[in-house]
Amino acid sequence: MSGDGVDTSKRRFLTAAATVVGGVGAVYTAVPFLASWMPSERAKAAGAPVEADISKLEEGQMIRVQWRGKPVWILKRNEEMLSALPGLDERLRDPASVDPQQPEYAQNGTRSIKPEVLVAVGICTHLGCSPSFVPEALPQPYDPDWKGGFFCPCHGSRFDLAGRVFKGVPAPLNLEVPPHTYISETLVLIGEDGGAA
Amino acid sequence: MGMLIKSRDWIDARFPLTKMWEEHLSKYYAPKNFNFWYFFGSLALLVLVLQIVTGIFLTMNYKPDATLAFGSVEYIMRDVEWGWLIRYMHSTGASAFFIVVYLHMFRALLYGSYKGPRELLWIFGMMIYLALMAEAFFGYLLPWGQMSYWGAQVIISLFGAIPVIGDDLSLWIRGDFVISDVTLNRFFALHVIAVPFVLAILVVVHILALHEVGSNNPDGIEIKKNKDENGIPKDGIPFHPYYSVKDIVGVVVFLMFFSFVMFFVPEGGGYFLEAPNFEPANPLKTPEHIAPVWYFTPYYAMLRAVTIDIGPLSAKFLGVIVMGAAVVILFFLPWLDRSPVKSIRYRGPLCKIMLALFVVSFFVLGWLGTQAPTDVKTMMAQVGTIVYFAFFLLMPIYTKIDSTKPVPDRITG
Repeated sequence: MSGDGVDTSKRRFLTAAATVVGGVGAVYTAVPFLASWMPSERAKAAGAPVEADISKLEEGQMIRVQWRGKPVWILKRNEEMLSALPGLDERLRDPASVDPQQPEYAQNGTRSIKPEVLVAVGICTHLGCSPSFVPEALPQPYDPDWKGGFFCPCHGSRFDLAGRVFKGVPAPLNLEVPPHTYISETLVLIGEDGGAA
Repeated sequence: MGMLIKSRDWIDARFPLTKMWEEHLSKYYAPKNFNFWYFFGSLALLVLVLQIVTGIFLTMNYKPDATLAFGSVEYIMRDVEWGWLIRYMHSTGASAFFIVVYLHMFRALLYGSYKGPRELLWIFGMMIYLALMAEAFFGYLLPWGQMSYWGAQVIISLFGAIPVIGDDLSLWIRGDFVISDVTLNRFFALHVIAVPFVLAILVVVHILALHEVGSNNPDGIEIKKNKDENGIPKDGIPFHPYYSVKDIVGVVVFLMFFSFVMFFVPEGGGYFLEAPNFEPANPLKTPEHIAPVWYFTPYYAMLRAVTIDIGPLSAKFLGVIVMGAAVVILFFLPWLDRSPVKSIRYRGPLCKIMLALFVVSFFVLGWLGTQAPTDVKTMMAQVGTIVYFAFFLLMPIYTKIDSTKPVPDRITG
């Protein structure tokens, strides 16, 4: 307590209290500004499911559709491609698709609902490039024993024809299989699970 | 004349005009032995002004809209009177900025300019460097070409590597599930107002800190320790007119190089403006080979160099950590260097060898970052990354045990 009658501890307390209250106010004021950076209602609405017609898709062919702005691949694998899949297990990071990169109904050897049709988000799980489709089972500079799959030109990540990631590449996870369902034999709806069906 | 003096006195009574002029120019005493390496500070300021002026004029015709952006840049290049010149000045200026800043930073490494009492000066400088990287990154998305789009996609995905909050953080930065019009619009705001504003403030703070402690010099001697009877450093000369005139020579030579690039090789051999960026952004197709612009490639090479997981930490996350650490570690330089002398002139062979290795690793990593990954190149990048970090992490040891030469009391020239 100083001699001139000023209660400094009270003054300090009031200064601290005003700082704290003001600080809380400042933090709350920042909320609307920070929140304005989240996806807008319009951006969220644009995430609606999309339909793709696969009636004209030949075996070994792939089409790309856009869902939520992302490339989604629909690949119809032939017998040869499918038979090569189990043999790769040893060389893959997550051959049994344990990581939740797919809906439950696609957690199988081919990572698909119909064995031959792969539906996957064509974005590398490393840093978001779109890998190239290299279907031919021919020796490649990055893999002399290539059985066909996807190769990311950005950082050299490799995936097999079920979108499963190889060991020793920078991508940590298998490609994402989006929720999808078949409305009819040849019409696939991407972005929805198809309810109880 | 009397009229002029009168109006000066009128202003001085109301604003410290003469005081500021003297403090920062006519009575700011800088060491008399500045050499070639001391051009780059004032050149950086020149390029900043150039970027701001050309940038302002570009915004008058540019449209920050995903459907219009690419076309508006082409419009500037083809239809706007002198638009091509203003745009090339800005794009060449971006690379020139980094060249000048890297040389300016190298000068600090050569002569120990980051050492006490200039630690804060160095830290403000590093903050300028960070702001400059942010500015360049945001700006590169604006032309909305293939490299703009996929480069930004890769860099924003880096944040996704952070455990737990990563995915939400990259969503927040993009404002959409992928890079879109929303992202472009906010990057435009950051590029034209937020970051330049911060940059300008930091430059002022950097110069204020410099003028408070005084400039270092190639001998690494504090000239303030030897003052004459008027309190003026014996080895100092006033910045104006001595160094203002010297710097103008630097400006003229620099502008000759700058103009040559701008008029004859504005794409800088594919390093200043990358070929895929002459194609509009296509979210469905990644270019065959993507690489950042040259000034980011050393860090990019380090990011890719990490290919092993350590326990629960993925190679992807560790790569991001290594890349971040490569920049952050520069901030600690003043405390890593334990040498009793500042300048390379009076340091021993260990310091010289390490600095040389560091420069080589920076160039090699920079080159590797532009290349498609192969096993051999990844291994080279790993070696380069180790050398890069060894320069910093071993610094407390080799600067301490290294031999030194006696430092003179007065500047040697």
